[in-house]
Amino acid sequence: MQLRRKIFDKITGFWMITSLITILSLPLIIGTGLYLKAAPLFDQQSFFSLIFSSQWAPSKGEFGFWPFIAGSLYVTVLSFLFTLPVCLLAAIYLTQFSSKQLIKVMHPVIDVLAGLPSVIYGVWGILIIVPFVSKYVAPVFNTTSSGYSVLSGGIVLAVMCIPYILNMLIEIFNTVPVGLREASLSLGATRWESVKHVVIRGNFPGIISAYGLGIAKAFGETIAVMMVVGNVVKVSINPLDAAYPLPALIANNYGEMLSIPMYDAALMFAAFLLLVIILIFNMIFRYLIHKTKRQ
Amino acid sequence: MRRIKILEEKFFVFLSAFMTYSLITVLAFIILVIFIKGFNALNLDMILKTPQGGYYYGGEGGVLNAIMGSLYIAVGATLIAIFIGMPAALYINVQLVRYRRTQNTIRYFLDALWGIPSIVYGAFGFTLMLFLGMNASLLAGIITVALLISPIMVRTFDEVLSTIPRGLHEASLALGSTRTETAFRVMLRQGFSGFITAILLSFGRGIGDAASVLFTAGYTDNIPINLDEPAATLPLAIFFQLGSPIPEVRERAFASAVILTIIILAISLSARIISKRYSRSNLK
Repeated sequence: MQLRRKIFDKITGFWMITSLITILSLPLIIGTGLYLKAAPLFDQQSFFSLIFSSQWAPSKGEFGFWPFIAGSLYVTVLSFLFTLPVCLLAAIYLTQFSSKQLIKVMHPVIDVLAGLPSVIYGVWGILIIVPFVSKYVAPVFNTTSSGYSVLSGGIVLAVMCIPYILNMLIEIFNTVPVGLREASLSLGATRWESVKHVVIRGNFPGIISAYGLGIAKAFGETIAVMMVVGNVVKVSINPLDAAYPLPALIANNYGEMLSIPMYDAALMFAAFLLLVIILIFNMIFRYLIHKTKRQ
Repeated sequence: MRRIKILEEKFFVFLSAFMTYSLITVLAFIILVIFIKGFNALNLDMILKTPQGGYYYGGEGGVLNAIMGSLYIAVGATLIAIFIGMPAALYINVQLVRYRRTQNTIRYFLDALWGIPSIVYGAFGFTLMLFLGMNASLLAGIITVALLISPIMVRTFDEVLSTIPRGLHEASLALGSTRTETAFRVMLRQGFSGFITAILLSFGRGIGDAASVLFTAGYTDNIPINLDEPAATLPLAIFFQLGSPIPEVRERAFASAVILTIIILAISLSARIISKRYSRSNLK
């Protein structure tokens, strides 16, 4: 009996620790795998020219990722600009001004929306946003647009990220001690003033982190963006033009990548780049959140 | 001075209320649009038939291949994720319970891992597939999705386990049980609601993800029978059908989107109900 228990203890103990180590080493394994696949590319081109060159001709062996990086950045920044006021004000309203009833109803709804697959948001983008941009937004600026544009991508991404960011903000604002707010109110501050000085200023690192994580999510989002952004290789500052973000590049070309030399290395380099950028973002902002939680 | 303050207050309360309600409208609008568009095209054939000849030109058939493929992949991936995720979460909360710092560091890494986009997992799955000499298949899809959802499984389960009172854990040890016995006989049972929620959440994430199966699972009109056959998935079925120039096929994409949405809603609803029901009988 004792022996059986000991063996059970050893085996399950080993199982537990190996599982944990496997999961924790995942980013390292993924990173190394992608890097090894991308390594042949570095013999041909320098790291710098890979990122900042805009010459994209896979059949000639020219891989400049700038159009894709710029496309990704543009869409992400645009979505950030849309989410910034909406999420912050909505989170403030829901946690500070509204009735308890509303937030009780809203919280599960937001949760569900955050769990909707991105392809659903893409379908919605094609149904509503793309025609909206081509029919109503483009004529305002006296241009024509197919609607498959950076602007559409930014809007769809923003809508996708809103539940995600809002969820984090509500959680952060709910941790503000009631006494702190009451102290501010009793000193004669208006409700808005106490929100401004106590809720926002006191949670500043948390707010930054929520948005940082939102940006990281938007940067790596694939299917929804790819469906509405047009996927044309060029660098343009006009938001009504099409763009070609990094994740869309990987997703669209996996079919051909084995038939053109170095193409697979280039796409794996793109995936490696995404991994590194997003992991760094996540590390920084998660650290801020963990630190504020412990206080 | 006082008036400006009150004016400012009124303005911002109004603005934030306005933002909130317009947000609610937009989000309700999304669900409404998907449902209205999709239900027009939805019929029993969509759910019960695989694509017949000429399906992609508006012919007979449905997306049963994609529904089954998605279920196979999500179930397989969830099983693997349970196999490595459940013991990992228990380890954090039993063996490491004395080491607060290590626990927090591990949680921090898992959270960061959660943020890695699925396309990166997809690309990695693809390199892994080439490395092992596999083709795009059900098995490759399952492995890739399993990698994607394991961190979610661990973190959700761990969140519930960490709320279990320390006394229960100590009582079990005091009665002479080993650490692993405590983990599997006491902690697992006590955190069972969290375990079920974790399974459902990872399952939902696995069934809805498109970018990770794009390279690895392939696409086919048949329901896969063996692990080495390619498998269609619901998100990709939506994506491909939407790219078609034929209106009937696009309509079917909307119908498929409704099917996927309903599956996801059902999963998250049952996760809520189950976690409520089970946590009632727990020790506090």
